Amino acid sequence: MKVLFVGATRGIGRALARQLAEQGDELFLLGRDLVDLERSARDLEVHGGRPAGGVGIGACDLGAPEGFAGALDAADQALAGGFDTVVVTGGLFAGQDQLEADEIFTRALLNVNFTGTVLFCEQVRKRLLARGGGTLCVFSSVAGERGRKPVILYGAAKAGLSHYLEGLDHKFRARGLRVVTVKPGFVKTGMTAGLTPPPFAGEPEAVAATVLRAVKRGKPVVYAPSIWRLVMFVIRLLPRFVMRRIGF
Amino acid sequence: MIRSTRTPTLVGWGRVPRVSGRELLSEDLAAITIDVPLARGLGRSYGDSSLPAPGDGVVAGSVRADRVLAFDPETAVLRAEAGFSLHQLIRLLLPRGFFTPVTPGTQFVTLGGMVAADVHGKNHHRDGCFGQHVLGLRMRVADGRIVDCSPTVERDLFRATLGGMGLTGHILEVTVRLKKIPSPWIAYESVRVPDIDAYIEALKAAGPVWPMTVGFIDCTARGKSLGRGVLIKGRWANPDEAPTHPPPRRRALSVPFDFPSALINPLTIRVFNALGYYKHGARLRQGIVHPEKYFYPLDQVLHWNRLYGPRGMTQYQCLLPDAAGPGAARRFLELLVKHKGASPVCVVKDCGPEGLGLLSWPKPGISIAVDFPVRDRTQALIDTLNDHVVKEGGRIYLAKDAFTRPSHFRAMEPRLAEWEAIRRQWDPEGKLRSRQSVRVLGDHGARAGVVVTATRSRAR
Repeated sequence: MKVLFVGATRGIGRALARQLAEQGDELFLLGRDLVDLERSARDLEVHGGRPAGGVGIGACDLGAPEGFAGALDAADQALAGGFDTVVVTGGLFAGQDQLEADEIFTRALLNVNFTGTVLFCEQVRKRLLARGGGTLCVFSSVAGERGRKPVILYGAAKAGLSHYLEGLDHKFRARGLRVVTVKPGFVKTGMTAGLTPPPFAGEPEAVAATVLRAVKRGKPVVYAPSIWRLVMFVIRLLPRFVMRRIGF
Repeated sequence: MIRSTRTPTLVGWGRVPRVSGRELLSEDLAAITIDVPLARGLGRSYGDSSLPAPGDGVVAGSVRADRVLAFDPETAVLRAEAGFSLHQLIRLLLPRGFFTPVTPGTQFVTLGGMVAADVHGKNHHRDGCFGQHVLGLRMRVADGRIVDCSPTVERDLFRATLGGMGLTGHILEVTVRLKKIPSPWIAYESVRVPDIDAYIEALKAAGPVWPMTVGFIDCTARGKSLGRGVLIKGRWANPDEAPTHPPPRRRALSVPFDFPSALINPLTIRVFNALGYYKHGARLRQGIVHPEKYFYPLDQVLHWNRLYGPRGMTQYQCLLPDAAGPGAARRFLELLVKHKGASPVCVVKDCGPEGLGLLSWPKPGISIAVDFPVRDRTQALIDTLNDHVVKEGGRIYLAKDAFTRPSHFRAMEPRLAEWEAIRRQWDPEGKLRSRQSVRVLGDHGARAGVVVTATRSRAR
């Protein structure tokens, strides 16, 4: 595969990018911090057994849609024949208390996690459809499954994103666009480092392996760790009077 | 997300002591090491080396900072973030013909931890400690700056950091020259030896011939059989004698829960020791063996420390110098038997010259390592052993220690004053410390009223 990756420097993205590199896929990394991208590119070259310079990088901020076209051009140029797979794990995160106290960051988070990511996927969709299809794998979250006290704002953006991705799958799968929506539960990464892991917390490597299997099969929705499918099924069934009383 | 009000605790591999404290984890190690007193890796030191000092309550964890930053197959030079583990290194680079120049007895350690403890292996008599192969370090020092050091640049900081237990600054990146290996398999030869004197003689005789030597002795056998054991000699196999396929991935077992503390008792220990001796048989064994089976037999059982139960375990590892004369090992074992210091595993290795690291503990002599289940009398036992080791001119390995008293350590370590002077120069206010440094080196813990910002309680 020729993979365009947004968010390969950290967490599940880092683990997933390594697994792609190790199975021999070509990678091009997009992100905000070029110095950090450079370090991840070297890491992925060693994991993939490629020479230095074998993994390209480019600047792209999911909060700044004006840069998307240029970033996608750069990726298409670096990956001979253009990318056929796009993975988006990048996004912002903060707890509900922090977001309630910080309107500026809330605006940035909603903008990046919903508006920016959707606009990015729109451009990717057009390019992939123009070349006969491909795979678009985007990280949403179990936080988007139900309005819940600890993740109201974050979850709202992820709910919108999940809906958008579901619609894409319905409309374009027949034309060769495979949309994979990833809904990670709690995973022990830098993003969640300040929080106490609940039961069923996942490790990034195991979650990445689950996602990779889903990408290979073109599975439209993947919960990882997969126990979260059951957890969220139960959560969705809970009546409102219960949801009002519990802290989850 | 769910937040529990349970206070988080941290432990070392021996699971004694258990202290309240939180580990900060991030891919951005440089960010989380600002204004924290200590960093830790995979927590494989046995005692309190990787635990926060009383009142600190927080350590920076390096394990998420695990990227390879450069690797040149021509020169075998690897640069990586401090949390890159030996396990990953082997998985990635053993199939390509590279191995760490020095390995401890487990692969679940980070590069940062290998530097901080200046780990040694079965090849110490020939290749020295890990630090001898380190070309440079990037560190976050106490005043907040990021400093590069090496054998030529900021040499004092470099010397004090090898084996410095993370007390001179937080290690962010490590540059090390790996070893090119002829094949990924090990050729070995092992023999049974009837007693401790014969064992030491065979160990020392094998040194010039074999790059790697190690042995397990029965530390419960008495009288004529005192210190009987099995000596294993090894080298990297040549391509013509090794299997053509790469070593297969080995599946590890796991101890799923705490066993009762009483499981490891004098009787089971005796049986286990004798079994190890008789199972080998009297004849010479030789052959080609899987590198993980050779280097990391204990890694085959994940969480094996749980076999010791909730009371935990400790390891006592000391160096008895050649200068103590012949019979040093026998004297140590006699003392051990007399004081009923029974250990399921007793490892004896050959050590070569002192390295660059100011607190690296190996020097010419032999290393003896014994595991003890922690009991009420463990402190007294270790005091007795330390008295003896001081008399013999030996010293102990801090990465294993949870019980040594400051007076004993000072008596063992003539280089401590120089190390402390360098440390003061880089950390005049004494910001960096661990539970071990407070216990053994006399560091001051956090004073009352000093609030460490990162420890704010999550309890609600």
